[in-house]
Amino acid sequence: MMNLTLKVWRQKNHKDKGGFVDYKVSGISTDMSFLEMLDVLNEELSAKGEDPVHFDHDCREGICGACSLYINGHPHGPQQTTTCQLHMRSFADGDVITIEPWRAKGFPVLKDLMTDRSAFDRIIQAGGYVSVNTGGVPDANEIPVPKIIADEAFDSATCISCGACVAACKNASAMLFVSAKISQLALLPQGQVERKSRAENMVAQMDAEGFGACTNIGACSAECPKGIKLSNIARMNREYFSAVLSSDNV
Amino acid sequence: MSWVTKTFKSTLGQKLIMALTGLFLIIFLIGHVTGNLLLFKDDGGQAFNEYADFMTTNQFVQILSITTYVSILVHIIYSILLTYLNKRARPVAYAKVDPPKESSFSSRNMGILGTIILIFLVVHLQGFWYRMHWGEIQQVTYDTGVYKNLYAVVVWAFQVEWMVALYVIAMIFLGFHLSHGFASAFQTLGLNHRKYTPAIKFIGRAFAIVVPALFASMPLYIYFFISAPEKLPF
Ligand code: HEM
Ligand code: SF4
Ligand code: FES
Repeated sequence: MMNLTLKVWRQKNHKDKGGFVDYKVSGISTDMSFLEMLDVLNEELSAKGEDPVHFDHDCREGICGACSLYINGHPHGPQQTTTCQLHMRSFADGDVITIEPWRAKGFPVLKDLMTDRSAFDRIIQAGGYVSVNTGGVPDANEIPVPKIIADEAFDSATCISCGACVAACKNASAMLFVSAKISQLALLPQGQVERKSRAENMVAQMDAEGFGACTNIGACSAECPKGIKLSNIARMNREYFSAVLSSDNV
Repeated sequence: MSWVTKTFKSTLGQKLIMALTGLFLIIFLIGHVTGNLLLFKDDGGQAFNEYADFMTTNQFVQILSITTYVSILVHIIYSILLTYLNKRARPVAYAKVDPPKESSFSSRNMGILGTIILIFLVVHLQGFWYRMHWGEIQQVTYDTGVYKNLYAVVVWAFQVEWMVALYVIAMIFLGFHLSHGFASAFQTLGLNHRKYTPAIKFIGRAFAIVVPALFASMPLYIYFFISAPEKLPF
């Protein structure tokens, strides 16, 4: 059982300036997830009639990308996983834990630790889809995809759109996310129809949302819960430059 | 907006400009360091002065020089634009940051490293380049002709401790800038491949050590082994 001090970012709404509030939690089991530890805090706050700490979460099994939190200087805390899969055994009794929201112009704080990540949805809407043909289902063996390419596309597709890459990046750049989404489709035959406009439009939307420009630091990939590789960013650059040079969009 | 302006206003387009100008400056460094190795020739500076004369008069070199000036300016302008854009992308700073060990010091401080290089460049260009092009420099006569004695200016400059220190320190910062910049430029151009990237990273690290070390060895060599010209060379 652990006793901890939490320095939690509290902010009433988007306009509020916000600030840190210190809380003490006790009797925390090392088997709890980080979110369960916050649940304990919130139950105590609710019992006292105080406003519970708002944070995003959904699946709590590391697949949806809803949970966030910048914990002691790391998105999703000290382990390379999601916050819902981060366990309290990663901390020690008596620790002081600083908990902040994702910080980026593209991710405005809604309340406390909760941010608006709909910028990612708009980037996907700009081109992160494939056209679906109506008619009969094509025979799977008609579209050969080499195993190595299929694996690479799958690796890119494991991105859960959590935004930890933006949170980790010194420049608040979204390029790891955008490049994973461009790559997963650019690598496969189904993605060829919109290939050029996808690269152009998703990059344009990324810029419009106010995310920064990558300087190839690599913090994103190191902190990404799915280990999305930097080679995706190089692929996005290739896709984008060849698209602007050869597409029909003047 | 035409597609060209749109491209170069995009973050990727601006990064492309950083990478291309950076790579051109790397090529410039190779030429510059190779030529300057003539300072080590034990001939009282004749070969160096003839080379300096060639570099300021040859037409083809003139084109390369202008491209270098433009590259430095554009590299600096876009580094300011991008640094400003990146600052605005995070309006509220974190209270506690702990960068992962995978991200190098240089990669996180390219702007600061570049600014120090820029300060050095101003002193460097004022001392040698400005004097060679527009200043008064003593002439020296060899059997091949009459030349400006830039060698004497260089030797004179590197009798002063703080000048030697400035050059050596600036080269250390250049080394750090290049230790990230070299490989980073290839990634920006989209060149990331399991066959070539390890080689690019290795060459980048070697380049970042060898080239600044060669540059730094010149003021040190002159300070310790060459005595000052009898009279002020300008
Ligand atoms: C001989 C001088 C220089 C050389 C050879 C050089 C080379 C490079 C290279 C190759 C890059 C990598 C580009 C990329 O990541 O795609 C770079 C990045 C950068 N340079 Fe320089 N540079 C020089 C001088 C400067 C100066 C004087 C400044 C600033 C005043 C500067 C600021 C920057 C910044 C901020 C970056 C980061 C941009 C990025 O990583 O995307 N550099 N440089
Ligand atoms: S690339 Fe990684 S860190 Fe970024 S959104 Fe996808 S899963 Fe999250
Ligand atoms: S809550 Fe779904 S990934 Fe953490």
